[in-house]
Amino acid sequence: MAGASQGLLTAGNRRGSRYEINSATRDPAWIKWLVLGLSLSFFVLFLLVPLIAVFVEALRKGWDAYVAAIIEPDALAAIRLTLIAAGIAVPLNLVFGVSAAWAIAKFDFPGKHFLITLIDLPFSVSPVVAGLIYVLVFGSHGWFGPWLSEYDIKIIFAVPGIVLATIFVTFPFIARELIPLMQTQGRDEEEAAIVLGASGWQTFWHVTLPNIKWALIYGVILCNARAMGEFGAVSVVSGHIRGETNTMPLHVEILYNEYQFTAAFAVASLLALLALVTLAIKTYVEWRASREPNEVFEE
Amino acid sequence: MSIAVHDITKKFGAFTALDHVSLDFPAGDLIALLGPSGCGKTTLLRIIAGLEYPDEGAVLLGGEDASDRHVRERQVGFVFQHYALFRHMTVFDNIAFGLRVRPRRERPSEAEIRKRVNSLLELVQLGWLADRFPSQLSGGQRQRVALARALAVEPQVLLLDEPFGALDAKVRKELRRWLRRLHEELHITSIFVTHDQDEALEVADRVVLMNKGKVEQIGTPIDVYERPATEFAYSFIGTVNRFEGIVSGGHLNVGSSRIAFDQDGIADGTPAIGYARPHAISIKPLGSDLSLLRARVDRILPFGSVARIELTPAAAPSSAVKHPIVEVEVPRGDLDTFDFRLGQDVGLNVSDLHVFPTDSSVSTP
Repeated sequence: MAGASQGLLTAGNRRGSRYEINSATRDPAWIKWLVLGLSLSFFVLFLLVPLIAVFVEALRKGWDAYVAAIIEPDALAAIRLTLIAAGIAVPLNLVFGVSAAWAIAKFDFPGKHFLITLIDLPFSVSPVVAGLIYVLVFGSHGWFGPWLSEYDIKIIFAVPGIVLATIFVTFPFIARELIPLMQTQGRDEEEAAIVLGASGWQTFWHVTLPNIKWALIYGVILCNARAMGEFGAVSVVSGHIRGETNTMPLHVEILYNEYQFTAAFAVASLLALLALVTLAIKTYVEWRASREPNEVFEE
Repeated sequence: MSIAVHDITKKFGAFTALDHVSLDFPAGDLIALLGPSGCGKTTLLRIIAGLEYPDEGAVLLGGEDASDRHVRERQVGFVFQHYALFRHMTVFDNIAFGLRVRPRRERPSEAEIRKRVNSLLELVQLGWLADRFPSQLSGGQRQRVALARALAVEPQVLLLDEPFGALDAKVRKELRRWLRRLHEELHITSIFVTHDQDEALEVADRVVLMNKGKVEQIGTPIDVYERPATEFAYSFIGTVNRFEGIVSGGHLNVGSSRIAFDQDGIADGTPAIGYARPHAISIKPLGSDLSLLRARVDRILPFGSVARIELTPAAAPSSAVKHPIVEVEVPRGDLDTFDFRLGQDVGLNVSDLHVFPTDSSVSTP
């Protein structure tokens, strides 16, 4: 979809300029400037100013205070936990996402539509509810609570719960990115490969994977960004134990509630940086995908 | 390698795509599966390839039952309607794919692969495009790459699904000729699917005409064109005129005219439909001759060596509603010997009428 949406975008630009050249379809200048002005001022007011504010607040008390807030042990623990959660959730969702998209796009089976709906569930359910589900299932008063405590396995208010909640919330990103692309690409190329004697694995590796490469990378980036930034679901299952079950977003909240604004903004600025890096990679991926001579939208 | 299918039935839900189809193709033939869309021809081709499994029946390749053989092991080359080229690979890599995915001990060396691919590129006359990507090729070039890719694995059988379906008329015609030449060079048993009768008649050694999951007729192109076996065959191949009437004494009574035909076994009084090709009808001055069908000249299209004349038959009560036009082809020169004008009433002499009793006309489209 990365490539496809990019293709639409450039096609749109081209069409836009054509509309502008043609006097029959050209809108009056004031409409153009009004629409441009509205969207740009919204962008500045609601996106750009807050982003700048994060960095300004973080550095308000100088560079030393900023660094001190970040290398503080609890902050480092939060960063580590966030990296662990994303490091587990993203690869797992990579495997789940590819297999779900593969199953939906390439096979016909009963319950296919149900599966597509189910994949969207984490998007439609409030993250808090997602967290509560896990508390209900694995919590000490939940379904498996007694059994788990018997074997001394801690899920809720511990790292496994955070990882589970993160996986749940970020599940749709990769699958959603791949399904439309794989559906438009169809099964022809895979069938061709198999007729030519390729095994299932060779077909996946040499035919399917290269065709979905950019969409897959795009999905992984989005999935990772969400995994690191997730607050609601993780907040419910975490228990907010400092240095143990705090992820970066939770740590920011705690600091803020304790009026440690500089420290809160310092950690928040790391998350903001992550967002900027994500956007940069995403733009690069889209640019690469649009330069590939053999993307799906050229067909 | 010879190809045979025995009693193949395939259903998709409630829809019967193939209904007890049996066919037998000798080795080295080029065969066309011809029929309207939805007649099951592509399904049959995919079953032969092993991309689809029949509900009943067997596929025999070279006399051996291949029903349980995986598509990988059937040694078929398959050319897809929309080419299905690997879009992220160059033309060269596309063609080499089938050789490169072989298990290590069967795989030719890279130098050998290079040689083989180059000679295939030569064969399809695309050597200069080896480093291009499929998206940079025209439709005709893509189709030829797809063919070269299918041939690279040295298939025993070549299957082509609407090979020229997505191409424009001019390229189609060129490729048709080219495919025929290629087949004469390679002599691989080949089956291609098409809904285009010209394509089937021009290219194939034998034509299998299919309709609604059943085989209507098998024969050489000339057989199928000149001696259609069924009503469907008549109406599907070539232009045909249709006359409704009642059989009586070796004639078909259409309105007040009596058209002679040469068929036995149809009882008098049977309602029937007669079919005649445009070139089997001649235009005569109107007289008292009862064998002439009265009609009015609507249009004269004098292009090429044959002039086409469209007429409205005067009689023919019910057929007048469904098929108001009779199309006649006469050699250009004949236009001068009998000078008729638009709107004039003339007589039609039908010389070669094929009659099918109406009650068996279930398959009429």
